[in-house]
Amino acid sequence: MVKNRYLARTILTIIAACFALAFLMPTALTITNSFMTQSEISANYGQVFKNASGSEGKTYIAETVNLKFIPDKVTFSQYITTLIKSPDYLLKFWNSVILVAPIVLLQLAVASLTAYGFTRWRGKVRSFLFFFYVILMLMPYQVTLVPNYLVSDWLGLLDTRWAIIFPGMFAPFSVFLLTKSMRRIPSSLIEAAKLDGSSEWQVFTDICLPQCRSALYSVAILVFIDYWNMVEQPIILLKDAAQQPLSVYLSTINANEVGLAFAIATIYMVPCLLLFLHGEDYLVEGIAHQGSVKG
Amino acid sequence: MKTVNRLQKKKQDPGPSRRTVRGVRDVGRLWAGGNAQVKDLLCSIGFLGPSVTGVALFFIAPFLVVVYYSVIRSPLNPEFVGLDNFIAVLKNSSFQTAAKNTAMFSVIAVPLAVVLSLALALLLECRIPCKSLFRTFFLSPMMVPVASVVLIWQVVFHYRGTLNVTLAHFGVDPVDWLNSPYCLLVIVALFLWKNLGYNMILFMAALNNIPKELLEVADVEGASAAHKFFNIKLRYLSPTVLFVAILSIINSFKVFREIFLLTGNYPYTGLYMMQHFMNNVFEQPDYQKMASAAVLLAAVMVALIALLFKAEDIFGKDVEG
Repeated sequence: MVKNRYLARTILTIIAACFALAFLMPTALTITNSFMTQSEISANYGQVFKNASGSEGKTYIAETVNLKFIPDKVTFSQYITTLIKSPDYLLKFWNSVILVAPIVLLQLAVASLTAYGFTRWRGKVRSFLFFFYVILMLMPYQVTLVPNYLVSDWLGLLDTRWAIIFPGMFAPFSVFLLTKSMRRIPSSLIEAAKLDGSSEWQVFTDICLPQCRSALYSVAILVFIDYWNMVEQPIILLKDAAQQPLSVYLSTINANEVGLAFAIATIYMVPCLLLFLHGEDYLVEGIAHQGSVKG
Repeated sequence: MKTVNRLQKKKQDPGPSRRTVRGVRDVGRLWAGGNAQVKDLLCSIGFLGPSVTGVALFFIAPFLVVVYYSVIRSPLNPEFVGLDNFIAVLKNSSFQTAAKNTAMFSVIAVPLAVVLSLALALLLECRIPCKSLFRTFFLSPMMVPVASVVLIWQVVFHYRGTLNVTLAHFGVDPVDWLNSPYCLLVIVALFLWKNLGYNMILFMAALNNIPKELLEVADVEGASAAHKFFNIKLRYLSPTVLFVAILSIINSFKVFREIFLLTGNYPYTGLYMMQHFMNNVFEQPDYQKMASAAVLLAAVMVALIALLFKAEDIFGKDVEG
């Protein structure tokens, strides 16, 4: 019996480890491969990325692809090129930043106000409105991009950042999540503050926002990663290649710059990984509070 | 809170709402006067206003125009044509391919996402070491931008890529994964890789909320693990199953990212998704096609969500909360 239990535990641990390996590998490989030299990249992956021969003429290309974890020779040359020699990539990175930062900040500001509104006052109209937000949240981009496109067209915002920032600012996702967590604040707390003569604004800033700190943080992370990843919006609303974020640009990267691509890909995920490592517990708590769509 | 409001309402005279239109000074006086009902209304408008205005401006109003566009001949010739545009879109072969592929993908990916993430959550409930480390690992793909790992996916799934090299050791003939009937499965794998962690967290939270006494009673009465799972746990998990299913459906519309970054704008037919179709329509831009496709999709989504809500009502009705 005891032996059986140990066996079961071992098997379960091995299964978990296999999953963990599968989940980690692609990320880890991207990072380690960014330290390879261009010639090593060409030799290993030349078959995949055609014309990947380096600038120095003929290079050796292996017959089959050779996915390697540890580089033969560790080099920072790819990083030096991307960060210092050709500012093009940094520019794209910056494009991503100035698209995503305003969206995250503005969406959080608008959504926390709205969530407070939905928490404090519940009438028929407002609960219908909240239900409507949920439906809107569940609509895929294929639906919402059409209205977004039309408005941007009318307002002359097409091909400017605002065509993405404005709809992003009013996206209902964070309203939903923040309302869920604000409704968990004990109403006695709010009523006590009201009895003490606080105005609604004071209740909002002094009680609700601090109480929802972890929810705000986790929503910020979720919104950030969603928009950091965006592809659909820029290829329709922001066709100007010079303004496109790195997420789109990475796919168009030239075949003979694959080595650089690994470095850029790594740089691109650094903000996400840092946020994740720092905020994982908040993130987990925030996701867990979502519960169900209803109510 | 509601009862407090109602009590206050009774005490007030019904008059003052007319005064609100008289300008800022009156509003101010009203405020100071402490007319709770009007004050509440103004407050709620103040808090909800920015978002409602934005949503109305950027989503609702243009969507109404989209609906209007879907039933007229063209913006220059606004003649009512009934369902003609919808029929044209439904008959369009690209739309059919896109709809078929997107539906196929969701049908394969969504149940897998629900079952596997529940399995992972249950796995982390078992007594295994380093649980929090495993949780971090399982969750990490959601934080990795698709564009970053696409390079590795390309290397793995290429004709001469890692997967084929590995399979060759077992005597399996090479397959050009992204240009074969298997392509959808590759994308399903990428989808699961990215989304399982998030869903797992939802399930872990729900498993935590199951009343412990109930499980203890079941233990005392000698219920088997399978019995406990199907008759207690799954019952309490049903709202979460619904939520994860809806989330996965939404996310399954987002796999366009992976496909676009892997194969560009013109993928193998088996990977031609709804978003590819929309991109092509935007390219032209054909307002009628765009509008009727969007309205059709919205209708399908609403129907799907209503169906899932209904299913959850039937399945989870014995359980509160």
